[in-house]
Amino acid sequence: MRLQYPPTVRIIEVPCTGKVDIIHLLQAFEYGADGVIVVGCMEGDCHYQKGNLYAKTRVKRAKEILDKVGLGGERVAMFNLSSGMGGRFAEIVKEMTNKILELGPSPARGAAVKAKAVRAAGEATT
Amino acid sequence: MIKAKPKPLEEIIDNVKDFNKLLIAGCDGCVTVCEAGGLKEVKILAAALRLYFTQAGKQVQVDETSLTRQCEKEYLAQLSDRMDGYDAAVSLACGVGAQYLAEMYNHKIVFPGVDTCFMGVNEERGLYSERCQACGRCILAETGGICPIARCSKRMLNGPCGGSDKGKCEINPDIPCAWELIYERLKTLGQLDRFERPVEPKDWSTSRDGGPRKIVREDLRI
Repeated sequence: MRLQYPPTVRIIEVPCTGKVDIIHLLQAFEYGADGVIVVGCMEGDCHYQKGNLYAKTRVKRAKEILDKVGLGGERVAMFNLSSGMGGRFAEIVKEMTNKILELGPSPARGAAVKAKAVRAAGEATT
Repeated sequence: MIKAKPKPLEEIIDNVKDFNKLLIAGCDGCVTVCEAGGLKEVKILAAALRLYFTQAGKQVQVDETSLTRQCEKEYLAQLSDRMDGYDAAVSLACGVGAQYLAEMYNHKIVFPGVDTCFMGVNEERGLYSERCQACGRCILAETGGICPIARCSKRMLNGPCGGSDKGKCEINPDIPCAWELIYERLKTLGQLDRFERPVEPKDWSTSRDGGPRKIVREDLRI
């Protein structure tokens, strides 16, 4: 299809969105992501029955957590696409990229790097 | 098993926001089964706190651990060489574990990370319901294996009451009437004659009415 979409996105493949847990979404932000999208199969079409529905509830919970920690729940979103909807995928990446550009960089960018530095400093003093 | 639910994140943040070195301690026992305080929930809470502190511009060390059980000294002792390095700990164990952690490391501040709710069963994932109130004198043998203390809203010993409506409790139509369940079960067992013998008043001194309780088993003590 040779569809063009922004190079801002890094794709991590999982066998099913049912594998995606809240911790994966939060760690993405710790490791520097400004936004995360979870793209699963159409609702009702999950090969594993309910994987995309599990992902939906986890994305909802991740949004609540991000709201409470001050990052904003709108930085994470879930979309449901079939394998024949490459065009829509490209559109979603563009939409999400524009949304994140509007929101600006995540205020918790580099949390993982900082946490490592804090721990190393703590170990050096003890 | 003991059932708990996670405390609201804002409440935990409010408790720990002024500390610099935090340990989030989970428990691999009951709270892991009800997905409120196991290693996974520890990782989620720790990640959320790190994101919170980073966006707030604070440098706070948030470490993660989970013990086999926080209600036993032997497992809590595994933290003995680490606890001095922290200002405070958040225990995701039940109220028992959190208290024992605080008791064992009494110079450290321990915050609870879950709300401990009751002793109950896993009806399905994410759906837990109460079955026992630990009254200290089990009467299940008399009531067809269904506990009126834990499952009847009035803890009646000779039910049902007038609030039983089509097998449901008057306080909430989602709650089955325990005495209706007991009747049906005794009918299945062919023991309906038990309803002809009123249950004597219960000795509540073995329950909370007798104050904090203790079990001393001389046969087990070393």
